[in-house]
Amino acid sequence: MKRVFLLALVLLLSAPAFSWAAVQPNEMLQNPALEARARTLSQQLRCMVCQNESIDDSDAPLAHDLRVLVRERLEAGDSDAQVLDFLVARYGEFVLLKPRLSWRTAILWGLPPGLLLGGLALLVIGAARRRGRVREPTPDLTPAEQARLKKILADSPGP
Amino acid sequence: MIAELGHYALMLALGLALIQGTMPIVGTRTNDPVLMSIAAPTALAQFAFVAMAFTALAICYVISDFSVENVYQNSNSQMPLIYRLTSIWGNHEGSMMLWVSILTFFGALVAVFGNNLPVVLKAHALAVQAWIAAAFHLFILMTSNPFVRIPQAPFEGQDLNPILQDPGLAFHPPLLYLGYVGFSIAFSFAIAALLEGRIDAAWARWVRPWVLGAWMCLTVGIAGGSYWAYYTLGWGGFWFWDPVENASLMPWLAGTALLHSAVVMEKRGALKIWTILLAILTFSLSLIGTFLVRSGVLTSVHTFANDPMRGVFILAILVVFIGGALALYGWRAPLLKQGGLFAPISREGALVFNNLFLTTACASVFIGTLYPLALEALTGAKISVGAPFFNATFGPLFIPLMVVMPFGPLMGWKRGDLLGAAQRLLVAAILAAFAMAAAFALEQGGPVLAPFGAGVAVFVMAGAVTDIAERTLVLRLPFRAAWQRAIGLPRSAWGTAFAHFGLGVTLLGIVAATAWGSERIAEMKVGDNLDIAHYRVTFAGLFGRQGPNYHDVVGRFIVHRMNGDLIGVMEPSRRSFPTRNMTTTEAALMTRGVSQLYLSLGDPMQNGNVAVRLYFKPQVLLIWLGAALMFAGGALSLSDRRLRVGAPQPAKAKAALRPAG
Repeated sequence: MKRVFLLALVLLLSAPAFSWAAVQPNEMLQNPALEARARTLSQQLRCMVCQNESIDDSDAPLAHDLRVLVRERLEAGDSDAQVLDFLVARYGEFVLLKPRLSWRTAILWGLPPGLLLGGLALLVIGAARRRGRVREPTPDLTPAEQARLKKILADSPGP
Repeated sequence: MIAELGHYALMLALGLALIQGTMPIVGTRTNDPVLMSIAAPTALAQFAFVAMAFTALAICYVISDFSVENVYQNSNSQMPLIYRLTSIWGNHEGSMMLWVSILTFFGALVAVFGNNLPVVLKAHALAVQAWIAAAFHLFILMTSNPFVRIPQAPFEGQDLNPILQDPGLAFHPPLLYLGYVGFSIAFSFAIAALLEGRIDAAWARWVRPWVLGAWMCLTVGIAGGSYWAYYTLGWGGFWFWDPVENASLMPWLAGTALLHSAVVMEKRGALKIWTILLAILTFSLSLIGTFLVRSGVLTSVHTFANDPMRGVFILAILVVFIGGALALYGWRAPLLKQGGLFAPISREGALVFNNLFLTTACASVFIGTLYPLALEALTGAKISVGAPFFNATFGPLFIPLMVVMPFGPLMGWKRGDLLGAAQRLLVAAILAAFAMAAAFALEQGGPVLAPFGAGVAVFVMAGAVTDIAERTLVLRLPFRAAWQRAIGLPRSAWGTAFAHFGLGVTLLGIVAATAWGSERIAEMKVGDNLDIAHYRVTFAGLFGRQGPNYHDVVGRFIVHRMNGDLIGVMEPSRRSFPTRNMTTTEAALMTRGVSQLYLSLGDPMQNGNVAVRLYFKPQVLLIWLGAALMFAGGALSLSDRRLRVGAPQPAKAKAALRPAG
C-alpha cells in the first residue's frame, strides 16, 4: 500500500534499521489464554511514537515496553478493561486506537449512523412526496393550451 | 541540458494549460467555434510537453545524472535499471510529475476520442481539465521542481529507499494515479454540465466509460498495494486502515457509488443532480488523498507546519477546486431538471440503497481519517483512530450492502418485484446458509461473526451466478439455446456479474484469512520443527547470498505435510543495503491452492538461533483474485461501450442521406 511510502518516509526521518515486526518470542506469556488476551488488547493500543500502528504490529522499543506492560498487568490479574484504564491513565486517550465515546468524539461516532439515518429519512420523505405528486391528477390544459394543441395538430403534415 | 529541457517543457505546458483553460471558455461565451476548438489541439500539445518533461526526468534517472538533486537523492548507479526507472515516482517531486503526466494524458484522450461530443461540452470539459493541470504544473514548478541541479555534482547517488526497491513500485503508484486522476474527467464533465446548465442521459453515457476505467485502475491499484504490503511488511497484514490507505479507499468508494448512479442516470434519466455531486466528490476525495499523502500532514500536524509551502499550496488547490466546484454546484444544480420517477422497490431503488451505504461508508472513513487531525488542530487534544474504529463502523455498513447486492440486478427498472427476486435467489440463500453452517461446524474458536461473513460472501457470489442463470435461462432451456443467449447478453450484464462475484470472492478471502488463519512465533535452532495447520516446517540453517546492491542472510526451511510428504523449501531472508545502512525483511511465501504459508525472519541471535514468524493464511489469495475479477468485470462492461455509444452518430447519418454515386 501507500503505507509503504509512509513507512519509508518515517524511516527516512528516524531509525535506520527497518526490522522485523512486533511480538518477540521471549515476550510471550506461558499461559495461552492470557497471551491471546494480550494479543487482542495489543491490537487496540497504539504505539505512540509510530505512524498509526498498534503495539502488536510495531517493532519500536516503546511498543515492546507496552507489550511487556500489558502482559504484566494481565499476569497481575487485571481484567481487559482495567488494563485499558491503566494505560489511558498513564498515556491518555491517545493510546486507544478506538476512541471512547465522549463529547469530544461525539461527531466521530455520530456521523456514520447519523448520515445513514438522515439519508434514509430524506429518501423516505422524497418518495412520499413524489408519490403524493403522482397521485395528484394532472391539471387539464387551459383553453389557450387547447387551442395551441389543436393548431399544432392541424399544422403537422401527418405521418 | 536534458534536465533544463524538461524544466522548460514543463513551463511551456503551464502556458498551454492557461490558454486551454481560458480561450475555449471565452469561445463558449462569445459563441466562437474557432476559440472553442482550440481546446483539443492545446490539450494534445500540453500532453506532449508534459510527456517531454517526464521523459527528460526519466533520462536523468537512466543515465544516473547525479547533478540533478532529485536523481542524487533517490537513485544509485548500482541499482538495476527497473528500479532506476521506478524510483522516478518513488519520491515526492517525481510522483507529482507522474500525476500531471497522467492528468494531461487523460486530457489528450478526451481531445482525441471526444469527436462526437457536443462542442460546448467538450470545450468546457477540456478547459476545466486545464485548470486542474495548470494548478499542478504551478505546484511542481514553485514547490517541487524535480529538475533542480546541484552546483557540484556528487559522484554517487543516495539510493532509493530499500523498501521501495520492489516490483510493486512499478505498478502500484501508476495504477493508483490512473484511478485518482481518471476521476478528474468525471469532475471536468460535471463542472462543464454545471457551467452549461444542461444535463441529460447522454452525459452519463459519456462519462461512464471514463469512470469505469478509472475505477478499474484504482481497484487493481489498491489491491496491488495491499498485496505489496502483505509480502513486504513481514507480518502478513493486507489492510491496516492507515490514513494513506484510506486516502485511496475513499475515492474508490465514492467512485463505485458514482459508477452505479451513472447507470441510473444513463438508463432512466433519474438521479442527475446526485450523480453530478458524486462526480465532484469523487475527484475531490482524490485531491484530498493527494493532499494527505503529499503534504506530510499525516505524519503530524507539526511537520506540516515545519515545511508549510507544499502543504499550503496543495491546501489552496483543494480549497479552490473543491470549494469552487461545490459553490458552483449549489448555484447551478437547482437549474438542472430532475427526471425519471421510480418506485422504492425497483432497480433504481436498489442502486439508491447502494449509493446511500457506499457514501456513508465513505464518510465514515473520511471522518475517521481526518477527525484526529481536526481535533488536534482545533483543541490540541490528541486521539487515535485506528483499525478497531473502522472495523466497528465500516463493517456494519458494508454487510447490509452486500446482502442487498444480489437483489439489485434481478429487479426490474421503475417497479421491481421483491418477492420474485427473493424466490430466484432462494438457491443462493440456501447455499449461503449451507456455507454458514459448514463454517460454524468446522470453526475452532474463531470469531462468532466469521461464519456469517462467509455466508454473506457465498450469497453474493451465488447471487451473481443466479443473475446470469436467470438471464440465459440456462436451467430451463436446452444448453445450446442458453449458450446463444449467454453470447447475446450485453457485455455490461456480464460485467456486473463478474464484478459482484469478485467482491464476494474478496470478502470470503478477508473473512477466512483474518478469522481462520493461524500464527506461530518462535525461536528456532537448526533442526527444530514448527507445526502450523497441517504443515511442519523444519529449520535447516542460515546462509549468505549476494545481490546486485544488497546482501541477504537467508534462512532455509523445509516444509513437509504432517504425514511426512515433502512439499518444498521456504527461504525468507534479512536483506541489508549498505548504501543506506538499512535492513529489510523478505518474507517467504508458499502458495497452496489459494492459501499461503508465510514465513519471515527476525534478527539472528548471538547463539545462532533465529526468531521466526510463521503464518498459515487460508484462502488469502482470494482477496486479490476478487479484485482481479472486479477488474475483469469492469473491462467486460467497458467493451460494451461501443454498443452504448452506438446511438446514431451525426456524421454517419449525414453520409447515409447523401445520394449514392
